[in-house]
Amino acid sequence: MTRAPSSPPLVTPPGEVLLEVRHVSKRFGARDVLKTISLQIASGEFLTLLGESGSGKTTLLRLIAGFEQPTSGEIWMGGARLDTLPPYKRHVNTVFQHYALFPHLSVAENVAYGLRVTGAPSSEIPSRLEAALCMVKMQEYSATRPSRLSGGQQQRVALARALINRPQLLLLDEPLSALDANLRKQMQGELKSLQRELGIAFLFVTHDQEEAMVLSDRIALLKDGALEQVASPREIYARPTTSYTAQFIGQTNLLRAEVRQGIAACGDLQWPANVANGPALFSLRPESIRLAVESSPIPNAVRFRARIQQQIFSGSVEQLEVDCAGQLLRIRIPARGVLTGEHDFAFDPADAIPVAG
Amino acid sequence: MSDVNHQSERAPLLATLSLLVFLFLYLPIVVLIVYSFNRDGVGGFPPRHFTFLWYRRLFGDGAIWDSVLNSLLVAFGAVTVSLVLGLLAALALDRADFPGKSLFRRLVLLPLVLPGIITGLSLLMFVDRTGIQLSLLTVFLGHGTALISVATTELFAGLQKMDRAQEEASLDLGATPWQTFWRITLPSLKLSLIASALLIFTLSMDEIAVTFFLLGRDNTLPLEIWARLRRGITPEINAISTLIFIVSVILILIWYQIRARTIGREARELLERP
Amino acid sequence: MYTRAYKTIISVPPLLWVGLFLLLPYALMLAHSFWLVRDGVIVHEWNLQNYAKLIQNPVYAEVLFRTARIAGSVTILSLLLGYPLAYYMSFHAGVGKDLLYQLVIVPLWVSYLVRGYAWKTILGSDGVLNGFLQYLHLTKEPVSFFLYSPFAVILTLTHIYTPFVFLPLYASLEHIPHNLIEASHDLGAGPRATFFRVILPLSLPGLLAGATFAFVLTLGDFLGPMLVGGPSSIMIANIVQSLFGTAYDWPLGASIAVCILLLTIGLLFLTERLEKRWAFR
Repeated sequence: MTRAPSSPPLVTPPGEVLLEVRHVSKRFGARDVLKTISLQIASGEFLTLLGESGSGKTTLLRLIAGFEQPTSGEIWMGGARLDTLPPYKRHVNTVFQHYALFPHLSVAENVAYGLRVTGAPSSEIPSRLEAALCMVKMQEYSATRPSRLSGGQQQRVALARALINRPQLLLLDEPLSALDANLRKQMQGELKSLQRELGIAFLFVTHDQEEAMVLSDRIALLKDGALEQVASPREIYARPTTSYTAQFIGQTNLLRAEVRQGIAACGDLQWPANVANGPALFSLRPESIRLAVESSPIPNAVRFRARIQQQIFSGSVEQLEVDCAGQLLRIRIPARGVLTGEHDFAFDPADAIPVAG
Repeated sequence: MSDVNHQSERAPLLATLSLLVFLFLYLPIVVLIVYSFNRDGVGGFPPRHFTFLWYRRLFGDGAIWDSVLNSLLVAFGAVTVSLVLGLLAALALDRADFPGKSLFRRLVLLPLVLPGIITGLSLLMFVDRTGIQLSLLTVFLGHGTALISVATTELFAGLQKMDRAQEEASLDLGATPWQTFWRITLPSLKLSLIASALLIFTLSMDEIAVTFFLLGRDNTLPLEIWARLRRGITPEINAISTLIFIVSVILILIWYQIRARTIGREARELLERP
Repeated sequence: MYTRAYKTIISVPPLLWVGLFLLLPYALMLAHSFWLVRDGVIVHEWNLQNYAKLIQNPVYAEVLFRTARIAGSVTILSLLLGYPLAYYMSFHAGVGKDLLYQLVIVPLWVSYLVRGYAWKTILGSDGVLNGFLQYLHLTKEPVSFFLYSPFAVILTLTHIYTPFVFLPLYASLEHIPHNLIEASHDLGAGPRATFFRVILPLSLPGLLAGATFAFVLTLGDFLGPMLVGGPSSIMIANIVQSLFGTAYDWPLGASIAVCILLLTIGLLFLTERLEKRWAFR
């Protein structure tokens, strides 16, 4: 059963906008799972949809894949409307969370599936199949059934199967969540280098913020169906825009301060802040605070005194919990032995980032 | 199953009771088989003269084999219709939503629990009104209607067990829904389909209650035997019954092996609810 | 994920079949019950005479009650035989479980006719049982009530429906998580108490399912009485069968059939409700 092969997709040059999600919302029954999302994915970029379960990240992925329809809004790809197309007409492929390999087909048959059903010329199939299997280093297993493969191996096959169609965009639905920690780290590295090599845009869904930080060119943080922030890992870490972002990615101290004439005050702490008068929320990362006795004094450093409540040694760092006149703060400093009692600490006021609610 | 001490203990009273129940279930059949080799008739005790006479008579009995052929025709027809419609019904129950779906579900499963006489009579009245002659065709109609529920139940369970993501993966890779159905959905139901076919075949070959009312001139095997019972009992009937028993056993054991392989114990047990 | 076309294609044919060959025939049967036979021909005059006859003539009620009694006996006997078997297999059979299970389902699917006929040859005056008893000099003459009696019908039908009762019961028992039994023992209940307080209640859904099945099918059975029953064991379905045969009164037969159908559906609804209440999940 073959169909005429669909015309090759117009290739979007790297860096330009490949996929556009325009004001898309999705409602299931009485629940608004996605609330007016607008997002752009650039050709060749590794974009991660990060969020807790229920944040809508998988739903957004499925909308792009074509398994659900948006309640409102549009999705465009390469200058043409995408959301009106059925999944088998979209130049988008998916790596499923539990791989969804066809159990009655061998590895080779699984990987070649996309070529067969779209009617690729049979002369082409063996070479493309070989190339795909080599890419994920599974050539030896071409005649094996998926049930005999380990989790990591199945995942590679799922990758090869999705990539053989040369999609412009690859969707990955938490593909590493079923793997154990070591394998996960290894696969993260392989995925990243594969993506760089192929130059294909990857839309990666995960709830693991560390994974997102390691893999992505940009992270789109979703909360309750809305986008909290979309930025590169460095940007999103150093300049979170909301308290949720600041807390979800990495750790932070949230300081509720009152700002008066450019000075923010929170308990015993005071620092200059270029923020309007009134109550404000600040994010201060634990590693931004250091022991005041340390060398290289910071210009405009804010000093304060606090009592050590708890100290946890974790190899290269000390994680301290200190009490500053009732305000509990978390601090990370390079390992230096046990500390007790009260100490002076300091931080650069520029590191106190104002964040929204 | 974790072994709590008392569970792996032999329970002599229960074991004996169970043995008695098994005896009760099998003794009549054993008697039947034994007496099929008895020269002097189906009763009396003990059976004295061993003979193959009745089997020889059986193999020369044209009317019986005609009825076997009729039964086979009807059975194959019933299997085909039941599988096709049962598959569609199972798919519909699994995937589609429409008004009256729960009524539909109950109706489809009703013939399983309903006494055959109801199914048979209602179809008889239907056939009568539409002027269709009673024949093997009407028998086939009856069997098909009664046995769709068997296919639907088995195939529905098979569908529930299937990984939905595979169909999505197929669509994702470029296959149309039609291609997906043939390449992915159907193969995953292969074992369920075979199991259903075997079961429906066996049930159709043995069907009496519904057939009783829809029979035309041509007898099916059970009804041929039934007619003979009126004329007088000979061990020839034991002989054909023995053969029926042997074939049924083989088919059922094959069916069981297939079932045990395809769906897990949980699903199988859920299915056992009549 | 499934398009409208897909969903339509899979729904329409079975809906058509069900409508045409289930709903319509049932409706026809209902219609017939309101018609009449006059001079050997069915007349389409709407009336309630058939139902009046059923209520007024005590014969029908009598036969119905007898049928219900027979169905009840068969159900209870099947349970008495099937439960210990299911219990033994589920809790004591160990590795032989699978083989035993197959041994039980074989008689289940082997022809009704074969099994009924077997009993016919065993129970008759010239049958195997009488021959056996006389051979052992336990009796001098053939015992006649073995065959063509309610006894024979009950015995035969019990033989047929015990595996039917066994199946869902066994399934229910297998479903009971073993840690519940361990917990019961842990808390001080012996095997007997555990059975009555834990196992039996949890096996009720399966028990109910099997019992309903056996009862309903026996209620509508007409083959059993024809094979091994006598004039004193005529069941309601036999009356219907003769009304559609030699006694040619389709409308009256249809009215009884409608009653059987309604009774069956009613029982099924009832047990469904009960099953939900006792499901404990």
